Amino acid sequence: MKLVLEKRETVSSFYRFVSPLLAIIMALVLGAAFLAASGFSPLKVYYYMWWGAFSDWYGISETLVTSIPIMLCALGVALAAKMLLWNVGAEGQFHMGAFAAAWVALSMPDAPAWQVMPLMVLAGMAAGAIWALLPAVPRAYLGVNEIITTLLLNYVAIYWVEYLVHGPWRDPVNLNFPLSAPFSSAARLPSLFGTRIHLGLVFALVAAGLIWFALGRTKWGYEVTVIGENPRAARYAGMNIERNIVLTMCLAGALAGLGGMAEVSAIAGRMTRQLSPGYGYSAIIVAWLAKVNPWAVVLVSVLFGGLLVGGYSAQVIGVSAASVNMLQGLMLFCVLATEALGRYRVRAVHAAVRGSGEGASIDG
Amino acid sequence: MMADSMFVSILSAAVSSGTPVLYAALGELVCERSGVLNLGVEGMMLVGAVSGFLTAVRTGSLAAGVLAALIAGGLMGLIHALMTITLKVNQVVSGLALTLFGTGLSGYLGKSMIGVPLPVTFSQAPIPGLSSIPLIGTILFKHDLLVYLTYVVVPVLWFYLYRTRPGLHLRSVGESPETADALGVNVFAIRYASVTAGGMLAGLGGAYLSLAYAPSWLENMTAGRGWIAVALVIFAVWDPFRAMLGAYLFGGIDALGFRIQVLGARIPSFFLKMMPYVFTIVVLIIVTATAARRSSRAPEALGLPYERE
Repeated sequence: MKLVLEKRETVSSFYRFVSPLLAIIMALVLGAAFLAASGFSPLKVYYYMWWGAFSDWYGISETLVTSIPIMLCALGVALAAKMLLWNVGAEGQFHMGAFAAAWVALSMPDAPAWQVMPLMVLAGMAAGAIWALLPAVPRAYLGVNEIITTLLLNYVAIYWVEYLVHGPWRDPVNLNFPLSAPFSSAARLPSLFGTRIHLGLVFALVAAGLIWFALGRTKWGYEVTVIGENPRAARYAGMNIERNIVLTMCLAGALAGLGGMAEVSAIAGRMTRQLSPGYGYSAIIVAWLAKVNPWAVVLVSVLFGGLLVGGYSAQVIGVSAASVNMLQGLMLFCVLATEALGRYRVRAVHAAVRGSGEGASIDG
Repeated sequence: MMADSMFVSILSAAVSSGTPVLYAALGELVCERSGVLNLGVEGMMLVGAVSGFLTAVRTGSLAAGVLAALIAGGLMGLIHALMTITLKVNQVVSGLALTLFGTGLSGYLGKSMIGVPLPVTFSQAPIPGLSSIPLIGTILFKHDLLVYLTYVVVPVLWFYLYRTRPGLHLRSVGESPETADALGVNVFAIRYASVTAGGMLAGLGGAYLSLAYAPSWLENMTAGRGWIAVALVIFAVWDPFRAMLGAYLFGGIDALGFRIQVLGARIPSFFLKMMPYVFTIVVLIIVTATAARRSSRAPEALGLPYERE
């Protein structure tokens, strides 16, 4: 007897509903196997993670704080993905946004908030957009693979930030650490409800709303959708694909840049190399899990924020921070696998039928 | 004379610095030739590097380390094969997932290995005779065994791909799986084997970093070399010899940056560290822009899952 995958004509709506849950459970089970293999009690680790991220108001507020940069980056990644563009460069755009905002903050130490804050937002978005423009133009006009170029630019952006905090921007008061001088209080993004949750959350929710509106209700959103689904039809309909590629990528970069601005202004309060534990990479997984829907991006980002915060509290019992990255990767695999399995049904066949991996030929 | 020896030492450093990228690029080349795009190279290299290092520290044996890296890289490749060939998942997403997973897994496995010294490393083993040839001897034949292995792997791979029947089958699967299938070539088996072999080569590239080039384990020690390898395959027009050339070019830029730093030039090291990435991007743009005018192109079925009707 042999198990064979057969193709289904349609995916059942029940399965579509349970598959993300199934994927998360699968990822947790696989993660548990890794944890157990290295001598941790998986239940204890998961309990600590849950406890750290969702058990009290502090945990929940920290989860939301952590979800803000992921949300802004993931909205950008999702927007680009709508046009089948892979923006793997959110991490670099995030850092460039933080750099530009910090530049404004450090060069206007005495300016009032109403002057410095809007400039920081603009600078952060512009820097992120420019960082995305660099790979967007060759992609649009020459067809240069944007996955590789956006990714490699992440390294350039991070070395740039490292250069600044080790060199010209190093705090003259404290030369022992690679940190810039602290920002003035006018350059700190206000926090909400007396927690560390900051105005960045509002930025992200507004951005999600605007993207949702723009994609569903405007001519531009229609063009983006058509180009993503059928570029040839879009070309025949006279849509300018090149210009839309550049525009979409720049918007994606601006969103990630805004994320960097919010993080450096509200959380760090100075330029540092430690701004992101890989928010821009988590954003890719989030955008895919959310099926490119802006409201789903918001929800999944909160889940991932919780995963990171939970990971920090699991470090108390000696689990390394990298285990959270591993769990994120596993989750994406499990989602991919459950989605794919939804398109097939598993059936047992007896040895007489020569079943190979693809199986689709059996019921033709 | 002084300038001469400096030139030679940069070229020699270019070869050793290019070697890990070369292994990874050869792996990606085999994989893409069979029609499967694998963006998980970075993750596969990291897992190879950490497995090789862990095993070499525990056993004290370099051979065991290399073997572990090959197995670990192969297993990572197998995951990608299962996802993209059997489950027909989007190859880009599966590759990205592999990189993220591999980065996390290697950090997790290597946590206790940070700062641990390696008891044995691949040391320089000049080839008697060849290494005394002026210039070329120092550049090519005063390295370690893993470098010499590439001198064998590159021509063998070229011969396999272009002059043997199984190699022809491999390429045909990447160009037109329907035709290959109709001629009785097992598309699925060849793709599985190619993706797994590609993973093994990437794992070996990672092990070269952790066992020979910079004998140690550091989180993310590949620093984007897996991605540079993916770019190199495009540069190389899917040809092993050109991949070798590209890898040494990358290695040269890398080595040059390091050398400038040692000479005490007043350029901050961070800018020198950016050079290989900027260089790779510029080269990728130039190659893509001119590719349209040449006959060179990617395997026809690259990135497409094969569905038997």
